[in-house]
Amino acid sequence: MTSITLFGLCAAVLIGLGVYGLIVNPQPLRKILAFNLIGSGVFLFFGMIARRGAASGLGGDPVPQALVITGIVVAFSATALAVALLLRLDAAGGPSGLDDAVDGES
Amino acid sequence: MMAGLVLDGLLALLVLAVAAWTIGVCQTFAATVGFTVYGLLLAVVWMRLAAPDAALTEAAIGALTGVLLLRAAIQLAPSEAGLNRLRPALKLRLLAGTLAFAITATLAAVVFHLPEPAPTLVPQVTAQQASTGLGNAVTAVLLAFRAIDTLLEAVVLIFALVAVWSLAPDAAWGGIPGAQIKGGSGDVRAYLSRLLPPVGIVIAFYIFWVGADFPGGKFQAGTLLAAMGLLATMAGLIQPPPVASRGLRWALVLGTLVFLALGLAGMPLAGAFLAYPEGWAKPLILLIEAASMLSIGVTLGLLVIGYPAGQAEQ
Amino acid sequence: MSLLIDAWTVLAVFSGVFFFLAGTVGLLRFPDALTRLHALTKADNLGLGLIVFGLLPQAVDVWMALKLIVIWLLVLIAGAVVSQRVARVARAQESGQ
Repeated sequence: MTSITLFGLCAAVLIGLGVYGLIVNPQPLRKILAFNLIGSGVFLFFGMIARRGAASGLGGDPVPQALVITGIVVAFSATALAVALLLRLDAAGGPSGLDDAVDGES
Repeated sequence: MMAGLVLDGLLALLVLAVAAWTIGVCQTFAATVGFTVYGLLLAVVWMRLAAPDAALTEAAIGALTGVLLLRAAIQLAPSEAGLNRLRPALKLRLLAGTLAFAITATLAAVVFHLPEPAPTLVPQVTAQQASTGLGNAVTAVLLAFRAIDTLLEAVVLIFALVAVWSLAPDAAWGGIPGAQIKGGSGDVRAYLSRLLPPVGIVIAFYIFWVGADFPGGKFQAGTLLAAMGLLATMAGLIQPPPVASRGLRWALVLGTLVFLALGLAGMPLAGAFLAYPEGWAKPLILLIEAASMLSIGVTLGLLVIGYPAGQAEQ
Repeated sequence: MSLLIDAWTVLAVFSGVFFFLAGTVGLLRFPDALTRLHALTKADNLGLGLIVFGLLPQAVDVWMALKLIVIWLLVLIAGAVVSQRVARVARAQESGQ
């Protein structure tokens, strides 16, 4: 067991937690949060792969690291768009949940 | 070695505990606070994985995500709280738990069966890095070897902003993005947003400048600039320019335009799209980074502020 | 000499960590928002200050040392402003009830 494997397992659990939250939490904002948790787990996986590729003085493979950096920024822009959609839906008095049942009540 | 492993184990447990809390806690607001903390912890994990560039990005972007989600949580609090009773029945939760566990187990199995020796692109990167004149391998990958990714990413950011703006009600289109904020000049927010931006802007330029040779670069620097702008906006000291403003639109696309123009110039001068002529790589990369830093900063800040809501909707 | 410096670092960082621990216990144990903020900011400012003090002699050059001090000052400012905001909201909620 090394630290690299440890963080790989941590990433695996994070993805599982995110999937569970995405399905179980009824509030849309919580679903966005859970989706971000999945995303960060995937990024951490990349980080582990990068760390495994350490060679000749570099602490990690810079290619996956660079991909993660672009990934983090793109994930942020997607989150911002999702949040804006949610706020607009709320301002327009639309349904606050994703279930049909909620549509019927509001 | 052993102490390091114990420390990493505790760190991983802490990350997982905070993550589980953001999923399980009742109030959405509390969950977003937890998520902000989680972002900071992840930055520490990135340091432990020897990826300081990713750590800086995670810390900076994590703070912006925190602001975005906290504001949304406050605004949506009434509707989100009403949904709490819709938690699915035990049966469905068990099913979701089983699915999540299966995914985790599969990924964990993958972790233990990764190829040995680990595939790596380090030799290729270090062999070519000298031709870029950059000391930071990650910046070399971002701006030279995989420049197309970075270019397309800048485009994605602009598209996301256009999509956010397009949500504006008809009456508010072209107006000032975000809700109007009244701030008194005696407010501590106003004090902070007079005190911090000079320091923050200097640090942003510093991070951009050292990014060529040390951890840092345009993403981290741009995020800092965005944060400084948001600080002043949220204190009510400055107002973002209206969406229809031409100057704003040029600022948004400046980075992509410079990147694209230099990339196209590479075709006749260096033989390929996004190739740099011999010996010119570093100054050209710095020019692209400087323009991108400004555009990324403006884009990220406006993404947090949101669409023009106008007066009608408060 | 270097042993003395290392001993100073260990001592200062450990006392810093102690203040962090005390602050966290206060955060968990104190009865209301204002006293919790008090525990948090006092302990964290002093704790981080001690950690930075401890790390200063380990800095490779003057720039590194300056960066450490700037980090401490930035955290002080951020902590002060955020606690003021939280306290203001807490008081508004108390008087509202």
